[in-house]
Formats: sequence, C-alpha cells, structure tokens
Amino acid sequence: MLRIDQATYDAIVAHAKRDHPDEACGIVAGPEGSDRPQRLVEMVNAAGSPTFYEFDSTELLALYKDMWARDEGPVVVYHSHTATEAYPSRTDIGLAGEPGAHYVLVSTREHGNNEGPVEFRSYRIVDGEVTEEEVTVAPSEPEPRSVCA
Amino acid sequence: MTVEVRIPTILRTYTGGDKAVHGDGETLGGLIDNLETEHPGLRDRLLDDGDLRRFVNVYVNDEDVRFIGGLEAPVADGDQVVVLPAVAGGAPTA
Repeated sequence: MLRIDQATYDAIVAHAKRDHPDEACGIVAGPEGSDRPQRLVEMVNAAGSPTFYEFDSTELLALYKDMWARDEGPVVVYHSHTATEAYPSRTDIGLAGEPGAHYVLVSTREHGNNEGPVEFRSYRIVDGEVTEEEVTVAPSEPEPRSVCA
Repeated sequence: MTVEVRIPTILRTYTGGDKAVHGDGETLGGLIDNLETEHPGLRDRLLDDGDLRRFVNVYVNDEDVRFIGGLEAPVADGDQVVVLPAVAGGAPTA
C-alpha cells in the first residue's frame, strides 16, 4: 500500500495538469528504507512528449547525489499519461529501474489542464511484474515549527 | 589504479548487495571488462551489442560518458564512476 499525504498528492496532480498534454514526471524522496514519501521533486520531462518521459541525465545524477547526501531514496516515482489510462505501459514496465519504489501513474485524459478528478493509481514493478496497490491519502501534517527557548 | 563504481539498487544482485565496487581500467570499456571478472553478468546489464545501453546512464566524475567518448572515455586512479538506470517510460502507442 502507498500512504501519501494530501499536500504531496495534490502537488503531483497539479504538476500533471500543468504539463498536460505532455507527460509530467518526478519523484517523492523519503528517508532510506522508510517507505515514507516526504519530499516532492518535480523533474523536467527531457523528452517533452505526450507519449514519453525521461529525466534529463545530468539532472538525474544531481537528484540522486542530493538524495544520497540526505540518506534518502526514491519512495515514489510518478509520471502522467495524457491520453490513456493510469496503468503502466509495456515501456514503463521494461524501463522500471527502482524495484523498491511505488510507481504512481496519473491520467489527465479526462480533464486535461482543467479542474476535475484524475485517475491516481500506484504499482510495484519488479522483474517485469506489475502489482497494483491501494493508495491511502493521509491528512497533511502541519509544518514543523521551531520553538524559541 | 583503482576506480570506485557506484552500483544502483537494481544491479546489486551482481555485487552481492554492495553499493560500490572497485575495478581497474584505462577506459570505461576496460573498467567494465575488469568488473565482469569479479561480478559476472554485470557487463550484459550495461552493454548491448558492445555499446552502452540506451537506458543506462554512466557518469565519470559527474560527466555523462555519452559526452566524453562513451566506452572510450578515459578513467584514472581515484575517479568515481556512477551507474544509474534512466528514469523513463511512456504511454502505450496506439
């Protein structure tokens, strides 16, 4: 099961709607091994395409180095489909390179750039095998506040 | 001559779970051949038909090797090599 907070969920949906009709993509990083998606990183779709997405290779390295420095891993890898359902394509399955990640697919085919519900689904993709999982959206936690002594 | 090579999660089955391995070589291609002796199977996951796979990214000291000669890219003692699978995919084609 994927547990994700409301603010992160909303931000992924907003990104997908904004980039429609091109595919949007990004990750949500979290503490290594924690399975807690905490830090959304929107990535540029270097393919700039309605049918393909790819992180730019230089930005990909910078992203991973940043995660390593913070002891994080990619908890969620997300992208949108803009004319088809939110289900991994054969290409998505063949190229899935993070066996520990939740692969989130958002479909904007219904409402495009406009308001309205989207399909938001999550999968595990390991060794070419796709397993859909439940998505639980939790209320966002308030921003941590620093307390002055 | 020792070059550290950072291995992504998905390829750690070839390194006994190690996040980084060490090898020797004058070029990236030589280094990959050298790694293959200790970690059989790894080369096939990096190369296809003698060239780097399209959806595997390799960096030498933060440079994408596609811009510095591919398998001919020189490597030297103390260099750091990073391997990362591309994060890519796409919608089904109609």
